[in-house]
Amino acid sequence: MTTMTDTNNPPVPERIAKHPNFWRNRKHAEHFRNHDEEFDAAKFGMWLFLTTEVLLFAGIFVAYAVFRMMYPDAWSNGSHYLDWRFGGANTVVLLISSWTAASAVRCAQMNNQKWLKINLIITILCAFIFLWVKLQFEYFVKLGDGKAPGTFFSYPNAHDAHEQLWWSLYYMGTGLHALHVVIGAGLLCWVLVRSIKYQAYGPGEYTMVENSALYWHIVDLIWIFLFPLLYLVH
Amino acid sequence: MSTLDAHASGGHHEEGSYLSGPPGMISRIWQWASTVDHKKIGVMYLVAVLTMFFLGGVAALAVRYELLDPVRTVVTQMEVDGVMTEVVSTTGQRLDPIAKIIGADDANQAYNRLFTLHGAVMVFMFIVPSIPASLGNFFLPIMIGAKDVAFPRLNLLSWYIYVVGSTFGVLSIIMGGVDTGWTFYTPYSTSTDADHIRVVFMVLAAFILGFSSILTGLNFVVTVHKLRAPGMGWFDMPLFIWGLYATSIIQVLATPVIGITLFLLIFERVMHIGIFDPAMGGDPVLYQHFFWFYSHPVVYVMILPGMGIISELLAVHSRKHIFGYRAIAFSSLGIAAVSFLVWGHHIFTAMGELAAILFSGLTFLVAIPTAIKVFNWIATLYKGSIAINTPMLYGLIFLFTFSIGGLTGLPLATLSTDLHLHDSYYVVAHFHYVMMGGTVMAFMGGIHHWWPKMFGKMYNEWGGMLGATIVFIGFNITFFTQFFLGTQGMPRRYANYVDEFQTLHVISTYGSWILLLGFLVHLVTLLHSLIAGEKAPANPWGGLTLEWETESPPIEHNFHHEPVCTHGPYDFDTVVPPHCDPKDYPLPSNPGSH
Repeated sequence: MTTMTDTNNPPVPERIAKHPNFWRNRKHAEHFRNHDEEFDAAKFGMWLFLTTEVLLFAGIFVAYAVFRMMYPDAWSNGSHYLDWRFGGANTVVLLISSWTAASAVRCAQMNNQKWLKINLIITILCAFIFLWVKLQFEYFVKLGDGKAPGTFFSYPNAHDAHEQLWWSLYYMGTGLHALHVVIGAGLLCWVLVRSIKYQAYGPGEYTMVENSALYWHIVDLIWIFLFPLLYLVH
Repeated sequence: MSTLDAHASGGHHEEGSYLSGPPGMISRIWQWASTVDHKKIGVMYLVAVLTMFFLGGVAALAVRYELLDPVRTVVTQMEVDGVMTEVVSTTGQRLDPIAKIIGADDANQAYNRLFTLHGAVMVFMFIVPSIPASLGNFFLPIMIGAKDVAFPRLNLLSWYIYVVGSTFGVLSIIMGGVDTGWTFYTPYSTSTDADHIRVVFMVLAAFILGFSSILTGLNFVVTVHKLRAPGMGWFDMPLFIWGLYATSIIQVLATPVIGITLFLLIFERVMHIGIFDPAMGGDPVLYQHFFWFYSHPVVYVMILPGMGIISELLAVHSRKHIFGYRAIAFSSLGIAAVSFLVWGHHIFTAMGELAAILFSGLTFLVAIPTAIKVFNWIATLYKGSIAINTPMLYGLIFLFTFSIGGLTGLPLATLSTDLHLHDSYYVVAHFHYVMMGGTVMAFMGGIHHWWPKMFGKMYNEWGGMLGATIVFIGFNITFFTQFFLGTQGMPRRYANYVDEFQTLHVISTYGSWILLLGFLVHLVTLLHSLIAGEKAPANPWGGLTLEWETESPPIEHNFHHEPVCTHGPYDFDTVVPPHCDPKDYPLPSNPGSH
């Protein structure tokens, strides 16, 4: 991607140029010595937060491993119930969105306002596609069959008594992940709205873009582990 | 450490104390409610956690009150209408009136709910946030020379999350309370009171409070990394900061695990997902592993900041360079690291022999960094000019009670003795010697040490020392007896007992009343200080850390100019403390100043 200078962007309207949220007008918070320090702190904080996300999902993964050892047949049956094509499609969707999220950060660094917005929109669209596939072709169909978590489980053709447990873990893991997809999409929407309204992000001020993208990458990364464990391993 | 001389650089602009605010009650309240100033947030946390300490303390007193006597069935022969009749009655159900109020079936259930309330409130709402969120919030930025924590708004958010979480906990209590124990062990916690929401509320409270804890920890780690004053290297930091740093790392790494555990527990309860339910193939021991993977490290979240405070108190009030600075700093990190490897010792009987042996061995490892600290503190006192005042008294009390608490942990880590001692009052006594004899004593010491700085008022030294002495006596009477009870076989969590235990139980209950008296003396002393206390000088103790350079109470932005770190935090031999007369603080290296 080539560097865009301000001349490549349409001229900044007066209303935005004077707005305190315009990226050129942003000042660092007074308890930081300079902008770089503020940026480093925010990014460091975000990485620590991502650590907590990994540890949050660690509970799901440990439970998966324990029950897989206890009930290998139920777990094998479980993954056979899932269609790898839907999971695979969603994996591709998330990988593409991670790439566009990374590109959005690059565009903000390069002051490419137009492609910053386009990349963000593609990322958010991918989030919706992911959720749509998840709900329309997976959750709704399975819930209709009675493959539901806990007390709602009523699937008559289960081969193994512990498949109920598999479905519980499936819904807990993918449900918690879907919640993170929604939160991530919400963050990216916030970034998009601010860049449309104020051109809030540019070479000197892209903390929020970077941190939202980092969050989006962890959402992607967790799926990269959930997908093979739930769909592919028999 | 010294601030750049304010007067030399042309005087400072007028900036009021952080306590000053706009006139008018409403605008004052709004100013506090919307503040992002770490000092105000620290004070708000102090008020909140002390409120919870009071609530948990009342529950503890009620628990001890029930244990004054065992339940006895008394048969009396009475003459009714000329016929001798046997009248059967019971005594010792002391919580009967409370049982009626909270809707419990009987005094025993009321007892179960009250000890759960005591545990849950004291652990999740008091002791975990106690020191880091109140004193830590107030002093961490000042002691490293920063204007604020790295993320001030997140800091305020974490206070509100704490309030929301505590509200859920209190709501659950008002609805009648839960009797699951603070550990929420399954399947009990998923099956009792099935028609009622209060267990969900209590679990939700702990879940929400976890977020508050994570955000505080995250904020502190980033602040320590990014906002230290120029010239302040890692080993120029006060040891309180090292303690908070190690604490914060545990908070960030352990709390998410309790998050997912309680998340699953709530779903287990409301829709029976079966993960912890043996009837559905789930594993209740898995819950215990998850729970203790957080809750063991978190006992170090409770004690490490206390250890940090003790390092400050002992050095400042004995005017000695802390002995073994690096050893104390690294032992904090060592404790944090080992804390993640020892959770299994809570469930020795629920695992195989080999795993139990490994966990036992790893648990012994904790003793090493802990003992390093205690030895260094004692060496610090050696030949120091010890001032006997409330903070120092609490420092000495800590050394005494915490050492007992630490050493009595070893028989619990030993598999063979633990078989006899586990789930007995011995565990209760050990835990309280570490948590109350450790953390609470350090917290009280820290409150008195920094009180003049926080509120700009001196407290009455005699009142403080009297309170500390009564607390010390009451504490030991309450809990030392419980070591005997435990070794003699009194199980924990029981509302009733056999007659042989009564003497010790009565002594313990009397001790709890002495403790109450001690805390009331402290309350009166501190309230008196707020209302009528003498104005505090900037540096009443002759401390060398940065908080003693700014005014008491500190100005809004902590310092008039960015401080520059020019000496270590404990260089009492070579530096005259800021705002202090060199005559009062003679340096051994400079005999002329005598």
